[in-house]
This record gives sequence, C-alpha cells and structure tokens, in this order.
Amino acid sequence: MPHTMRRSLAAATAVLLGATALTACGSSGSGDGAAAGSGPVSLTYWAWAPGMDKVVALWNAEHPDIKVTVQKQASGDDLVTKIITAAKAHKAPDLVQAEYQALPTLVSNDALADIAPDVAGVKDKFAPGIWQQTTFGGEAVYALPQDSGPLMFFYRQDLFKKYGLSVPTTWEEFAATARDLKKKAPKQSLTTFSANDSGLFAGLAQQAGAAWWTFEGDTWKVGIDDAATRKVSDFWGGLVAEGAIDNQPMYTPSWNKAMNTGEQLAWVSAVWAPGTLTTAAPDTKGKWAMAPLPQWTEGGSSTGSWGGSSTAVTTDSKHKKAAAQFATWLNTDPVALAALVKESGIYPAATAAQTSGALAKAPDYFANQPDFYTRAAEIAKTTAPAAWGPNVNVAYTAFKDEFGKAAKAKSGFDTALTAVQSATVTDLRKQGFEVAK
Amino acid sequence: MTGLASPPLRTTVNGDGRAAGTTPGASQGRPRPRRTALLPTAALVLGALYCLLPVAWVVVAATKPDNELFSTFTFLPGDGIADNVTDLSAYRDGIYWRWMLNSVFYAGLGAVLSTVVSALAGYALAIYRFRGREAFFNVMLTGVLMPPVILAIPQYLLMAEADLTDSYASVLLPLILSPYGVYLGRIYAEAAIPMELVEAGRMDGAGEWRIFRRIAVPMMAPGLVTIFLFQFVAIWNNFLLPFIMLGDDEKFPMTVGLFTLLKQGASQPSLYTLVITGALLAIAPLIALFLVIQRFWSLDLLSGAVKS
Repeated sequence: MPHTMRRSLAAATAVLLGATALTACGSSGSGDGAAAGSGPVSLTYWAWAPGMDKVVALWNAEHPDIKVTVQKQASGDDLVTKIITAAKAHKAPDLVQAEYQALPTLVSNDALADIAPDVAGVKDKFAPGIWQQTTFGGEAVYALPQDSGPLMFFYRQDLFKKYGLSVPTTWEEFAATARDLKKKAPKQSLTTFSANDSGLFAGLAQQAGAAWWTFEGDTWKVGIDDAATRKVSDFWGGLVAEGAIDNQPMYTPSWNKAMNTGEQLAWVSAVWAPGTLTTAAPDTKGKWAMAPLPQWTEGGSSTGSWGGSSTAVTTDSKHKKAAAQFATWLNTDPVALAALVKESGIYPAATAAQTSGALAKAPDYFANQPDFYTRAAEIAKTTAPAAWGPNVNVAYTAFKDEFGKAAKAKSGFDTALTAVQSATVTDLRKQGFEVAK
Repeated sequence: MTGLASPPLRTTVNGDGRAAGTTPGASQGRPRPRRTALLPTAALVLGALYCLLPVAWVVVAATKPDNELFSTFTFLPGDGIADNVTDLSAYRDGIYWRWMLNSVFYAGLGAVLSTVVSALAGYALAIYRFRGREAFFNVMLTGVLMPPVILAIPQYLLMAEADLTDSYASVLLPLILSPYGVYLGRIYAEAAIPMELVEAGRMDGAGEWRIFRRIAVPMMAPGLVTIFLFQFVAIWNNFLLPFIMLGDDEKFPMTVGLFTLLKQGASQPSLYTLVITGALLAIAPLIALFLVIQRFWSLDLLSGAVKS
C-alpha cells in the first residue's frame, strides 16, 4: 500500500530529523519543554477543512520536533458528539477544529483546555467580536479563531438594473425593494427565507444585537426571544406572510435552480458565498455583486456571521504546550494563513490576513468586483459579538422544526420564536444547568 | 408487467400443469381458471418502483458533471461518468480506494468470523442438551431486538478501557458476535441436521468436532451462506460504529469516508458528484458478491441423506 509506505517513510524521516535536532542543538527556539525533553512530539488533529493536510505538511517540514497528523473528519453536530464521547473515554485527539457555536458545548463537557498562558499576545490579531467567541469574554482561551463568515448582501447586478432597483442599505429599504420587485415581476423574488439555515438566522439576530445565551455567576440566561431577535423574526415573518419574498429552503436543487435562472435576485449570505454560487448558479458567473448587509439604523455599520470555526486543544492532550504552539502558527502565521486560503478556501479570522496577498485577487466568480476582499475586510471588522450556549444544537433543531412549519404556513414567526426559546430553556434545565427566569 | 396487459380472464398455467397460485392440495383436481390479480400486481409494481427509482437516480446522477447535477432534467444522463471516476480517484491521492479496501476488509473478515461463531453456537444450541440452554438462547434473542446503534457508544467506552479504539480491531470485534446470526444458525441447524445422522456418526466413532466439521457444516452450508451475506451487507452499510470508533481517516470504511466529503464545513459546498459516484461504485462489490454466492443457496445436501 503506497499510503502506508509513504507514511512510515515520513515517520522515519521525522524521527531521524528529530533525533538530529536533539543531539545537534537542544533549543531550536520553540520553547516547548515537553518537545525538547522527551524527543519529537506527535500530535493528532481532527479537522474537516479541505486541504488541511497540505497546510499541516508545511508545519511538519519546519518543525521536526512537533509532528502533527491531520485526521479528516466530517463537520457538524455529529463531530461534536464524537469529540465529547472520545473525551469521556480520554481518547480525544490533541487538537480539534470546532465551530464557534460548538465551543460552549465542548467546554461544558470538559473537552477543551484553557491555553491562555501559551497564546499570550495573540488576542490583538483578531477582531474583538471573534475573539470573544473563543474566550466567552473571560480570561481563559479555549480556542484560536481560524475562519469567519461575516454576513453580506449579494445581488444580481444585471437584474437590479433591469428592474430599476437600488441596493438597499437598510432593512426598511430591503423590504421596499422586495415589494417593488414583486409588483414589477410577480414570478421573481428578491430572496427567500430559509427555515433550514439556523446559522443564518442566528447571524441576522447577532447583527441586530441579540444575545441568545448569557452567563452570570452560576446561571445561564436564554434570550432567544429577546427584543432584538423578535425584531428580526417579525421582519422576515412579515415579508414571508405578505408574499414579498419566497419561503423555500436554501441548498436544495430547486433553490440552486432559482439562483441559476434569476428567479431569485439576491442572497443574504457570508463571505464564502462565491464558492457556493460557483456550484449552485454556474450560469450567472460575473453577474453578481456584493454589498454590505442592510442595517437596522440609517448609517449604521454592523454585521453578523454565518459559519466560521476555530482550533482548540483538548484536555486529553499530553502535549498542550506544543499543541497550542501549532494552533498559534496555523491561525496567525502569514505562511499558514496564505496556505489555508489557497488550499482550504477559508476566509481567515486573523485581521492582517484579510488584506494580505493571498486575498489580493477577487474570487473568480466575482471577477467583476476586483475590490471584493478589500470591502469584505472592512465589513468583517464590524462583526457584532455573538453569544453561544451549551445547547446550540437543540436551539437549531427547534428552529428548523418551528420556523419550517411557520414559513410553510406563511403565518408569521411569533409563536415559532417562543417555541424555540422554551425548547432551549427546557433542554438546558434537563441537562442540569441553572437557568434564570 | 405482462399481467397488466393481459385480458382479465386469461388462465395462467405453470410448466407442471398446476394453476399458479393454488395450493398443492387444491391442485390435485383439474387446473382452475384464475383472474390476473390487478390490485396486487399494481401494488407490487409500485413497490418495485419505490425501491428502484432511487437506484436509477444514483446511476443517472453519477453520469452527470458537476454543473449539470441539479440543473438538467433529473433522469437525463450526462456524459461525465469517466471524469467523475477520475476525479474521485484523484481526491486526496485516491483515498477512496483505500476506504473501499477497508470496507472489503471489515465486511469480508467480519462476516467470515461472525459466520464461524454463528455456526458453532447455532449447532451447539440445536444439538446439545445442556443446562441453561434456553436461558442463553433467550438472552441472545433479546439481542436480536436490540438495535446495534444504541450499543455503539457503550462499545466505544469498553474499547477505550481495553485501549483498542481507533484500530481495525475496534470495528471488527463488536461485529463478530451477531445475535441474529446465532439465531439463524440454531434454526437452520435444527431444521437441516437430523439427530439420527449425528448419532450414526457417533456410533461410527467420529468425535464431536469431526461430526461438526464433516457432517454438520456441509448440511448447514446454505444457512451459513445466508448468515455470511446478511453480515457482509450489514457491516458494509454500517455507519455509526466505525464513525464513533475511528479517528484516523485512513482506517475509515467507505460509509464514514464519503460522509467527510459531504460535510466539509458550512462554507464549503458538498462534493455531491464525487459522493454519488462513490456511492454507485460502492454498490458494485455487493452486486458481484450476490451474483457469485447465490448459487450456493440452491444446494440442498439434505435430500436423500435419511429416510423420513
């Protein structure tokens, strides 16, 4: 088997190199006691981003004393369950890739280590809204931000021109544009509200200033039906109810078709939208443009995020210092970040990388908008803080069920939001957390 | 389908002169005219469509290049099958074929081992009288009712105690003892092996092991083939156990491997074309196995062995 052979060769090389490094010079400046003391350190890393093994190969070439092996996993809630199960048996890998909203779940299951002492000075490399999501606003650091998905407004430039629409800067204008389009072209819609994509709704609520989970002392407070979220859900529920926008879910074949044929003119999505559009709407390449997300107040500038993940060190790791060193390199080193952009197609969370050479050129699909990433970086800076709790998965599932029903019935989202709130609170209590009334 | 087109009062007669569908007792008289049953036929055709349409979809979808997958008519074949297979083989240096080999290894070895255990246990339960036999069998029966899914996490924690997680053994070991296989083994041994034959063997001086090997196993062969196939398919399609047990993606079976292509994070489009092509190729070994093995089913070694 060529794989096994290559692997064992690589391992042999690493061991050899490591041994040489040890005998030749004790300190290579890595400052990792464990690595210097007990020979080369071997770390395993569960990640799902495509091409991560190639990025890690760069690290391994430079750091023979700390060898990282990527074990590619499938992303999503199932992986969170897998990590927690492995942590219960003390068999978790040294490093894991984790979505921001999964971090509280992992931390409350004691799966992630606090690496604050090993990553001093890293904080300033990230936007505060992002950093807060890996630290929960405290001193402990449970993960380093890797990629982010600031929300933006994508629209069909050609069709906007054709129907005489202007790009909305506020949500009020957004609603007016949707109604205007319906009048001019009843068969087309500005966009759709997808009850399948809890993450997008969470991002929109985040922009409006919602705080879904907050923590005070020993008690959690769930604010899914807070005023900000209610504003967002009333807005979208109203548009769906009056028929101004579509109500079909995203990422289905029929949605792909609607995007590809111009049945839908716009998409509220994140910075990674070009990748999705390339496969969903291949025929409309070069006809789209990106603008900042519409605002709740005239002249405001704030956005939410959809997606994004971080690198965390587990409590099971026997080499936390080395693992933290690798995580720091992966998410702050210009070489690593350039490779992540190229190989994994991520949008880096590190602010310096957002305007770096790797992102100098607009994505192919948006070749008509050469300053795509310059504008994206400006938008990314305005990301509002997000507040995640230990049972985001439960809230997300409840969202899909309740909002799915309401969107289909076009009955407004009032009761749906209340139902999501109470399902989340009930589950938190059941898990044994204190929940404030 | 011909049944639908034929006139409703046509008589269908089998080769041996009996009216199809009549019981042997009734058939001793003259052949009876029979109405073609429209309703059952329609129901069966619907059932067949229900089973075959998704397969047809996979076959057609695997021929479409990326940009046609969702945009052209669903059952209009594309011309990208060769490219899709090439892309799949190129994906991460051909790791798909490694997953395929892993699946063959897990399913092949797992099914063989589990068939051996089922044969031994089934034979013992059927032939020997010993204390606690029924109790043991009943406990096994409850195992049949227990879905393997709920056992995956306890099994993981047990494997972790033994320091065996993330190894080939961690996936193989839990599959060796199959309650359903033991159950089938016992039922089949009881039906296929007459006690007289076992006693005749003893009379002639054969040891118990020799009787099992030389007399019982050949007689149980069709049943053992069934157990083997059941287990092979079950392990081939198994998802949760390897998903929980394995961290190293080079040890993944195909099911878990293809899942990583579907879920690459919220910002990455799923590699639908590759997954569909991979799923289609994954059926091929199963079909081949069925074609090769099905002839053993017709073997009936019992015929003529004893007078009844």
